Amino acid sequence: MSPLLRVEDVHIRFGGVVAADGVYLDLEPGESLAIIGPNGAGKTTFLNICTGYLKPTAGRVLFEGNDITGQPPRAIVRLGIARAFQIPQLFLEHSVLDNMLIAAAARTRAWNPFRAMVALPERAEMIGLLRQLGVADTAEQRVDGLPEGVRKLVDVALALALKPRLLLLDEPTSGVSSSEKFQIMDALVQALKNQAVTSVFVEHDMEMVSRYAHRVAVWNGGRVQMVGTPADVLADADVRRDVVGI
Amino acid sequence: MTQLSWLHRTVILALALGVAVMPTLYPWSQVLLTLALAKGLAVLGVVVLLQAGQVSFGHAMFVAIGAYSATFLGRALGGGDLVVVLLGGVLTSVAFGLVIGVFVVRYRYIFFGMLNLAFSMVLFSLLEKFFHITGGSDGLRVLRPTLFGQSLDRATFEGILFYLTLALALGLGWLVHRYLQSPLGQALSAVKSNETRLEYLGVSARHVLLVGYVVSAALCGLGGVIIGLVQGLVTPELGYWVRSGELVFIAILGGASNVTGAFAGALVFEVVRTYAAAFAANIWQMILGGVLLLIVLFAPGGLIALYGNSVKKLFARTRTEP
Repeated sequence: MSPLLRVEDVHIRFGGVVAADGVYLDLEPGESLAIIGPNGAGKTTFLNICTGYLKPTAGRVLFEGNDITGQPPRAIVRLGIARAFQIPQLFLEHSVLDNMLIAAAARTRAWNPFRAMVALPERAEMIGLLRQLGVADTAEQRVDGLPEGVRKLVDVALALALKPRLLLLDEPTSGVSSSEKFQIMDALVQALKNQAVTSVFVEHDMEMVSRYAHRVAVWNGGRVQMVGTPADVLADADVRRDVVGI
Repeated sequence: MTQLSWLHRTVILALALGVAVMPTLYPWSQVLLTLALAKGLAVLGVVVLLQAGQVSFGHAMFVAIGAYSATFLGRALGGGDLVVVLLGGVLTSVAFGLVIGVFVVRYRYIFFGMLNLAFSMVLFSLLEKFFHITGGSDGLRVLRPTLFGQSLDRATFEGILFYLTLALALGLGWLVHRYLQSPLGQALSAVKSNETRLEYLGVSARHVLLVGYVVSAALCGLGGVIIGLVQGLVTPELGYWVRSGELVFIAILGGASNVTGAFAGALVFEVVRTYAAAFAANIWQMILGGVLLLIVLFAPGGLIALYGNSVKKLFARTRTEP
């Protein structure tokens, strides 16, 4: 099967910091890939390049065989790549449900100026998504009054509302209390499975990685140091020393 | 909630009815009210942009564009028809709004405000300097148009213009309300709170803002055509930056979050200004400034929020009573 996403020899640097120094990576459709690595290894930069936020100085990004390198984020989003952020990016003055409805309108291009947003047919679907992630009870609340953990989940729900084929998540459960982490990831993984979404998630918690990832890519100094199954990667001596810290 | 929105609708219709009968009781109020409603249309344009958190300090340029283009058209046609003149003024404003909008929607906040100001000052000086076309600072006389080919005397024309403006204010107010409730209008306030997320939903913030900008240009242009017709004279002063500031002033006075606020603000502004100018000719600006100061300090949501809060209190009280 041809890869869903192919990243070829991508380079970028910020002054003296080399954030991507020849990154190669292939993503298979349907898989869930975890990215681990020390701080400053270029994990978030990788997501920024894949979603068009940063343009690499060299190299290519192919999505379903099409070159998307350097396209603006909105064009890449429309092709089917959605993103959830490390720091939730939400419309703070809207309710949670209104956030979701704006996403639904963006997906279906419902830009008729005389049709009320509350009457969008995707309303039930959006509430369903919020329920899957366990935040349906906050639907009518304004986002700026919500705790960080809930915002984080709403941010993921917004990305899912676009029905993407590939979802990039930057530390999806950071800021969520550790007692709820697994419950939330279970729900998220189930939602991804239901929609047949391929996913990439940056994660620091090795327990999460071994539990939810099919494959793990280890970042180090702007390069992919190793790719493999969680068991193989977490057993590797270099990885244990540099990343896991044992 | 629906109970409340019914109440709001009833209040708006009652106020509109009150405005409609005013000229039959007090004939002198007709011109004042027409001007206030026309200005309310222009303020509505500024309110649309305020949803996106953008304040334009140059929107009187579209008032001037509407007024001048309608006047040129009317003079070219030997008066022209009211409908033609109105449409001509609005379409010209839309065209200018589109061209200027493409530039200014790339900027936000102070840069957006100042760039609009710059465009408006360029237009103002063009109107002043191209004397042989625009009449310079003396302006141009506006010919009274016909209505569907029928020529009208002054009183009939003013009466028709008043009721037409009232109908336009109601109709367009309702349409703009619908627009702001639609996803496109909600995306406008999303521009204010998070452009990054908007982009990552596949939406261009610039496009969203451009639509709002053209809508606002059209509303200001329409207001301008009517102001020109009522005054019978258009001067570059219509597009001066003080006039732009006045539109923002009224928007804040009335309440920037709401369509009704634009008209409430414009009516109160014109009435206060007229009375203050008549009874306190030397300090009327000070009185207006004082009113705005009170609003900003004690009712930052504007007149419309004062009304909204008191209705809510009333509802809460009736509900708690046994």
